[in-house]
Amino acid sequence: MRTERRLSLVSAALGATLPAAAICTLAVLALWLILHLAGLDAAQAMGALWRGSVGSALALTSSTLVRATPLILTGLAVALAFRAGVWNIGAEGQLLTGAAAAAAVGLEGAAVLGPLTLPVALGAGALAGALWAGIAALLRHRFGVLEVISTIMLNFVALHAVGYLVRGPLQEATHVYPQSAPLPALARLPVLIPGTRLHWGFALALGAALAAWWALRATAAGFRLRVVGQNPEAARVAGQIDVARTTTRVFLVSGALAGLAGAVELTGVTFALYENLSPGYGYTAIAVALLAGLEPVGVIAAGILFGALESGALAMQREASVPAVLVTVVEAVLVLLVLALAHWRGSASALLTRMAGGTAGRQVRA
Amino acid sequence: MAAGAELLEAAVRTATPLALAALGETVVERAGVINIGLEGVVLAGAFGALVAAGSAGSSGVAVAFLGAALAGAALAAVFALFAVSLRADQIITGTAVNLLAFGLTGALYRGLYGATGAALSIPTTGTTRLPVLAAIPLVGPALFDQPAPTYLLYLLAPLTWWWLTRTHAGLALRAVGERPDAARVAGIHVQRVRWLALLFGGVLGGLAGGTLVLAQTGTFAEGMSAGRGFIAIAIVVLGRWHPLGVLAAAFVFGAASALQYVFQAMGWALPYQLFLALPYVLTLLALAGLAGRRVSAPAALGRG
Repeated sequence: MRTERRLSLVSAALGATLPAAAICTLAVLALWLILHLAGLDAAQAMGALWRGSVGSALALTSSTLVRATPLILTGLAVALAFRAGVWNIGAEGQLLTGAAAAAAVGLEGAAVLGPLTLPVALGAGALAGALWAGIAALLRHRFGVLEVISTIMLNFVALHAVGYLVRGPLQEATHVYPQSAPLPALARLPVLIPGTRLHWGFALALGAALAAWWALRATAAGFRLRVVGQNPEAARVAGQIDVARTTTRVFLVSGALAGLAGAVELTGVTFALYENLSPGYGYTAIAVALLAGLEPVGVIAAGILFGALESGALAMQREASVPAVLVTVVEAVLVLLVLALAHWRGSASALLTRMAGGTAGRQVRA
Repeated sequence: MAAGAELLEAAVRTATPLALAALGETVVERAGVINIGLEGVVLAGAFGALVAAGSAGSSGVAVAFLGAALAGAALAAVFALFAVSLRADQIITGTAVNLLAFGLTGALYRGLYGATGAALSIPTTGTTRLPVLAAIPLVGPALFDQPAPTYLLYLLAPLTWWWLTRTHAGLALRAVGERPDAARVAGIHVQRVRWLALLFGGVLGGLAGGTLVLAQTGTFAEGMSAGRGFIAIAIVVLGRWHPLGVLAAAFVFGAASALQYVFQAMGWALPYQLFLALPYVLTLLALAGLAGRRVSAPAALGRG
């Protein structure tokens, strides 16, 4: 039993990393092509990308993996939600509310909480994210509001709420800058590898991904989630699963993961709350989740890939004056490529099934 | 009185790009497709306007709007290629299109206009005062002393309503949105209808972006669509997928946004951010308030 489980983890990891390796290659080729078309010095830019992302142990740990941490956590949030047919586009807002709650605890509670400050801050972040997602879940079930729309609206509300906090109740003492005071040491995540910027949040993200992988595969809740995502009607009729309760729980867990991402980013990287805390992690997370095939273990690989791309892009901008935002194009092209590949693979398998006389392929498409 | 007129004028000004984008999205959604990529379409339109205005010189406002429409349509075509032709998931495709627009416009902007991104200034089109109508007290100047896109909106909203409900082609489009399989059996080319709807939505979304640049700010900034495409999607729901309802919903949203200017002018001490968040909160409340009424979303919305 135990070896079997370990084997399946290995195969899940391999199943996720092999396509990821192919996608890595595609990403590099796509970027090289774009640079070439733009008439830029591709070799110089790619060199900078390499040095800034994985070219040295320091770049890998202090830059790539630090950047990957919030992407893995928000990527997990999106992957779990999408697996259950919950279209949570609101990871960005949940991340921001999580960061805000963690900041409030870290700044106001350190004197009382002492060594408990950090865990309470992280917990508060997860709770705030879950509550923020809970609004969308409530709107969906009680009022029939599409979560695609409500979560996007809530992203903007969260952004403006943080904007208010850093100019009001949580503003730093001089009241000059729109940001909070720096967090006390008690509220900061310790460094994971001495001499680097890599913090324990990365280990937390890995742990969350493994826990999600295990829960999806081996628990009743994970089973319900998968069934509801595949066919809510059958889940209700044949499986006697309470679909609304299941999707609400998924929404809450998804929000908690995104909120935790915000708390981790705050306590591990920025140490202060401000509006631009997230360069759109919650939106990039959708690309991360898709690239991972909505598989938790794959999210680790995809998160690290995007972390590397974005870290490398910053180096590219510094050293070769190639706009860093170009890497967003690469991310978009990757997502579109994956969609196209899935389509062609789907039609190929449907064709094979039809040739074999089966109808399963058609059912999958419908 | 003066504050009321100002509020109304600001409401119409804020509503115009939102309503343009939402009107296009209404047609798209009536065809059974939800284009989350509308945010990127609006951004592409804004950038298209900048590029076209730069190459056309001061005389070519029409050219600049054309550039906006083309850029919007081009991005909508990317969405249609994947979400319609390849039957990819619409939400994920839309997200990818948004990323694509954000990355492309950002990189091209820096590439074409310098790494510093020094603020470019484009002459804005002035307002056109409609005779007689603009003389109506209070509402006249607000409604009828506006730039050209606002008037386009006045024309297109009823026209779209008429087209959707009274023409054969409009009926076919709604059939595609409600019962695509039945429509297919009836000989309607479902994919072609959705492609055309998306291109129409792309043109209007692009014009919405063009309006931001050419009639309002007179410049381009990275990510300047600032959520307007997303808001337009919410407005479609608020307007219950009806062109005139969408127009009304956009004006309500515009008024909610305009409140912040009024309160600022009145010197209220309330935090500015509360007013920035107000339109989104109102939208959520309004969406929740629609609960229990007949749900009028196209039956096949969002399904490949």
